[in-house]
Amino acid sequence: MTIQFNDESFRGDYTFTNSDHAIKRFPFPFHEDSYMYAVNMEQHQGGPTGSIYEKRFDVDEHYVSEMYDRKLVLAEDPLRCQSLPHMVMAGWDLLELIMVSKSEDYPDLFELHRDGTNWRWVNKPLSIDQSFIFLDETSLPYGPMEYITRQTQGDFCILDQRNDNLWMDAGMVTTQADWSLDFDIGMNFFEWHAPVPKAHEMGIFVRALKFLLSIQQGTPARRLNWTMTVNPLLDTSPENYHKWGVQKRTLTPENIGQKQYLRVELQTFFRLPRSNALVFPIRCYLINLEDLVSVPKWARRLHRVIRDLPIELATYKGFIDNRPMILDYLAPFDDGQPTSDGVWPD
Amino acid sequence: MIGSTKINVIVSQIKVLNDLVTCFEFKTTNGDLLPTFSGGAHTIVEMQDGVVLRLNPYSIMSDPFDQTRYTISVRRDDQGRGGSLFMHTKVKVGDEMVISYPVNLFSLDLRARKHLFIAGGIGITPFLAQIKQLERSNGYWELHYSTRRPALGTFVEELLEKYPHKVSPYYDEADQRIELTSLLSGQPLGTHIYICGPKGMIDWVRQEATDFGWPDEAIHFEEFLAPIPGKPFQAKLEISDKVINVGELQSLLEAVELAGVKAPYLCRGGACGQCETSVIEYDGKFIHRDHWLTDDEKASGLKIMPCVSRFEGKKLVLDR
Repeated sequence: MTIQFNDESFRGDYTFTNSDHAIKRFPFPFHEDSYMYAVNMEQHQGGPTGSIYEKRFDVDEHYVSEMYDRKLVLAEDPLRCQSLPHMVMAGWDLLELIMVSKSEDYPDLFELHRDGTNWRWVNKPLSIDQSFIFLDETSLPYGPMEYITRQTQGDFCILDQRNDNLWMDAGMVTTQADWSLDFDIGMNFFEWHAPVPKAHEMGIFVRALKFLLSIQQGTPARRLNWTMTVNPLLDTSPENYHKWGVQKRTLTPENIGQKQYLRVELQTFFRLPRSNALVFPIRCYLINLEDLVSVPKWARRLHRVIRDLPIELATYKGFIDNRPMILDYLAPFDDGQPTSDGVWPD
Repeated sequence: MIGSTKINVIVSQIKVLNDLVTCFEFKTTNGDLLPTFSGGAHTIVEMQDGVVLRLNPYSIMSDPFDQTRYTISVRRDDQGRGGSLFMHTKVKVGDEMVISYPVNLFSLDLRARKHLFIAGGIGITPFLAQIKQLERSNGYWELHYSTRRPALGTFVEELLEKYPHKVSPYYDEADQRIELTSLLSGQPLGTHIYICGPKGMIDWVRQEATDFGWPDEAIHFEEFLAPIPGKPFQAKLEISDKVINVGELQSLLEAVELAGVKAPYLCRGGACGQCETSVIEYDGKFIHRDHWLTDDEKASGLKIMPCVSRFEGKKLVLDR
């Protein structure tokens, strides 16, 4: 296999690490020295070779361990995966999209053999070889959405489209930045975004919804979002806030380089053909400050972004109390030199 | 950036169904499978008619699970701008054409316990695909289909043969009319109604259903307008700094595209809102025909939907 999968944990002893290759391909989200909301959408039609944008569903060195972490979350809390009754077809749509994409994009890792509705799926990294009947739920160990998202990195929201709105009617959410599928299930686009500060006044959501409603088959889209997380935790859910919230207090000037992570979400959007629903995969990438500052441009820029971020956003993103310590760590890496445009290292 | 991906196809079959309606089947030129779609989706068919490139939307009526072919039906419109006549008279089996990926603006609400379809004339086509989709999942549906006379009742025989208890035809010339009052009052809770046909029929059914207390969310309709011919006019495109002439048989959107200016679109029938364009300056009157802009927006003179609406007057400057 072409990818060497890490054996690592996202809880307890936190053995998660990024290889040099993973650092180099990290999706640094800031294209300039400041940050404000924008409907920063672009087409999701590939990207530079080796980058996280190249494939439809990026598989990286963390794959096997992330799937194990998902299994642990689901065992404790099955409500992280929910699908309202009318979303079954959308689940099959998603299964088909992922199986077709992964088998085409990573033929050495995944195989899909189709003979009419008799399908066979081979997932080598997870040692799965499953024959099943497409559109027959009884032929799989889980519903179609749960089955395939237990084998795919990132959270998945499946949005039903009706009445000129999008509805959070199904999802697999175990690696979220402090929001809850169980709370949001059945809500529409404006309802589940209600807690976000400033963006409503800026008209961001009206424009974003208009864009999303018009995403069509064959033209998927993507954007990045970001926040800060202490420790390499995938599961920063409200349900478990009592476990991870207190960890924000464990930062010291000595350990902050290893423990403070920039958390970046690659959000993609695909129209699902058979159900006309929209799937919204949210893929989480983590990098600690120590690894991030190994790229001088990113170090300079992150310092400026964090320093100048409006107080409401730093509060909403949950690092307002730690901001001074983060800035103390980053400041020595900012020599005041100008930074080049765009996200890529110089 | 919004628009739809294209597919190269070959016309694999043409079937004349009656005096007005002809059915066209497309397969991919390279033998690849076509994308799956959901019932109610349309495709935009590109027609190179001399120097004019026409792009007309047609509902896909074939089985959404059949990836080997798409089928559409085209109703001949002798008063139209020529798109349907082009399809009827110029297109031959074996011709290569370009169509768009399917786009669905008239999707089934999959929460519905029952789907009640009301079709008028050529408005039957999206329902044919939806019926095939529902039959696969054992869905609960019923169709009421009104046409002028039996000879124009495209697909009635086939539907009646397959689903004798689910399909009711009505013929205007025999004075048969859908008994809306009893139909709407006798539906189980959770029924959704879908209407596709002439404007008069859509307005009538929507009004009756609303009067009966049906929630808006349970009433779905699709009416694509074809652009109508009109007096030629001129427009200036401010951003691209071009002056375009819109011909009698051309839509404003087509003229913009012919000038090499990219404009977004999805339905080209005044329904989806994608091509909404701001008016910078004008001296004259708008002929608004879309379903997208509100009456206030139409009266404001600030917006136009170039796919179906036109202009008469001395000056029109667009933000495009």
